[in-house]
Amino acid sequence: MTLEIQDVTKRVGAEIHIHETSLRFLPGHFNVLLGETNAGKTTLMKLMAGLDQPTSGNVLIDGVDVTKQSTQDRQISFVHQFFVNYPHFSVYENIASPLRLARISPSEIDRRVREAADLMKLTPMLERRPQELSGGQQQRTALARAIVKDSKVVFLDEPLANLDYKLREELRSELPQLFADRGAVVIYATSEPAEALMLGGCTATLHEGRVSQFGETSDVYRNPVNLTTAQVFSDPPLNTATVIKAGGRCTLNAEVSWELSGPQSQLADGEYMIGVRPHHVLPTSISVGVAIAGSVQVTELSGSESVAHFRVGEGSWVSQSEGIHPYQVGESHTFFMDVSKCFFFAADGRLVA
Amino acid sequence: MARITLNNIRHSYLPNPKSDDDYALQRVHLDWDDGGAYALLGPSGCGKTTLLNIISGLLVPSEGQLLFDDKDVTALEPDARNIAQVFQFPVIYDTMTVRDNLSFPLRNRGVDEQVIAQRVTEIAAMLELEPMLDQKAAGLTADNKQKISLGRGLVREDVNVIMFDEPLTVIDPHLKWKLRSKLKELHQKVKRTMIYVTHDQTEALTFADQVVVMNFGQILQVGTPIELFECPTHTFVGHFIGSPGMNVVPASVVDGKVQVAGHVIDTASDLTNLRQGSVEVGVRPEFVRFADVGIAGTVETVMDVGRHTVVKVRLEGIDQIINAIVDEGDSIPDGQVHLQFDAAQTRLYEDGWVVAEIQG
Repeated sequence: MTLEIQDVTKRVGAEIHIHETSLRFLPGHFNVLLGETNAGKTTLMKLMAGLDQPTSGNVLIDGVDVTKQSTQDRQISFVHQFFVNYPHFSVYENIASPLRLARISPSEIDRRVREAADLMKLTPMLERRPQELSGGQQQRTALARAIVKDSKVVFLDEPLANLDYKLREELRSELPQLFADRGAVVIYATSEPAEALMLGGCTATLHEGRVSQFGETSDVYRNPVNLTTAQVFSDPPLNTATVIKAGGRCTLNAEVSWELSGPQSQLADGEYMIGVRPHHVLPTSISVGVAIAGSVQVTELSGSESVAHFRVGEGSWVSQSEGIHPYQVGESHTFFMDVSKCFFFAADGRLVA
Repeated sequence: MARITLNNIRHSYLPNPKSDDDYALQRVHLDWDDGGAYALLGPSGCGKTTLLNIISGLLVPSEGQLLFDDKDVTALEPDARNIAQVFQFPVIYDTMTVRDNLSFPLRNRGVDEQVIAQRVTEIAAMLELEPMLDQKAAGLTADNKQKISLGRGLVREDVNVIMFDEPLTVIDPHLKWKLRSKLKELHQKVKRTMIYVTHDQTEALTFADQVVVMNFGQILQVGTPIELFECPTHTFVGHFIGSPGMNVVPASVVDGKVQVAGHVIDTASDLTNLRQGSVEVGVRPEFVRFADVGIAGTVETVMDVGRHTVVKVRLEGIDQIINAIVDEGDSIPDGQVHLQFDAAQTRLYEDGWVVAEIQG
């Protein structure tokens, strides 16, 4: 099964909610839409699901134009952030409901409901009503309903956002496997970069109604083609700074400059924006590190990692390192930036090296 | 601000509790220093909200006393306790300006207008709300609204404690990050007693000096983030803290040696007083490494999480998955592998609780 959108736009009055977008999703793995609240994730999903009409452009499922088709005719499932269940039905009937509508034999319904319940760890709760369940169990009921029917496309709109942290972690590692053998196209919206990475598959980064990049998840993460993608796909936020490139050297400020190598040294002289993720700015010396002295503003030690927010001139930077690093707030500390992991962006935001 | 003592507090929602199972909150005894940053961490239903409601006065405990600076406040009404609370959803007046929102708690108490103006300016500067002081609260972003909620607590100087109940749940990750560091920075500046309730380990561990980990209405461990990470006293704490959490593997003790899936391993635990029977071994994914010899298994999945890779290995002979963390850039093993545990970071657990370590 395939899902494709061609030149889709969405305007509401004078406002553009979705700029012209074309994407082709493939079945068998997760397709993640990653972006902040209001980036356009839900809008894009609704256009694909038929819950909303595009201003222009087409939606194709298996090569067939479904733009004018109703949601019911598209054979899709949609799971929202706020779980929706039938309060007066048992968990069993909630999961069975889409199959009852599809007129499937009772024995087949029973088999599929029990299989879905088993996957979602809901077997002991099948006779209960949704309100007797925890939030996590209610959302798993909604997810079970989405997987029980043979949908061509499954939309999951931040389905784990309202769940406990640890439960989220478990479901996140299970979800891709649940859908792996079903042949459906799965579209998953999230605002968390870490979640996109854990789900794997492909990721489209969204910002202000535009897709900034689409590709294999870890490739988009490691090789962003522009500043927007690098920023959307970074948590903690990407460190950025303006540098001057002249000859073979790059200068950050009066104290910090370094010799460039590889493609970075081939760039035309001039001003660039550099971007470097916090875990490539470390509190201890590294072989490819450039020393940057800063004053430590805030520290966060979680046991497994140490985070320091520090100021360099007017700019604020973040360092994230494994293990425990005892910083003192207010102290001046020398950090080391891994220049081999530095992105160089041109004035228009394009990645140039 | 105040030192808070929870003196043998226990609570049941039933009128005549009989067994321990009838108590939503098992016996709790805690001393919290004036000016400290504390977190209550646990999954839904662990009892953390019950405890929070007892402190704020929404709930009178079945047993025990709550003391603020040694003064018994157990029966005191919530409004008499001088507590500021920040909830999941910002509680502010949308039609008022930011300035009026911040002034409100003081005006309500008849504080002199000049003093109010000075306090509000001070707090607004601290929270970086100055540029929007004269804007209506309605148009602001979620994180700024949450800062106003917090500011309304900070503006009062008579507040005993500021309590946060899942304050970052509705905030986007990149703003969550900013607001989280802001809270931390504020605490480092104002040194007021703050209690932060959450199910999110990252929020608890980065905010608090002391974290109280709860489950099943019980306190399982109280410790600094580093203590909770390095030496969880209960398997639940080990599992709940860390991403992924600690590996908990069935083990046996044969002739004074610990065995996992038929392999003898070294641990930090003292085996002398161990009862015979089944035990578990706990080791964090950070302290599992791949080697030529050791516990045998097969790589099942590989999850690239950016900073490092999480490798799931299914052990040979027992139905058990072990998570191992491989640093970014290091080679990822495939197929048949052998695992070694760092002995100093590997502990035995009996009935869920950690076995004492070897001394010396």
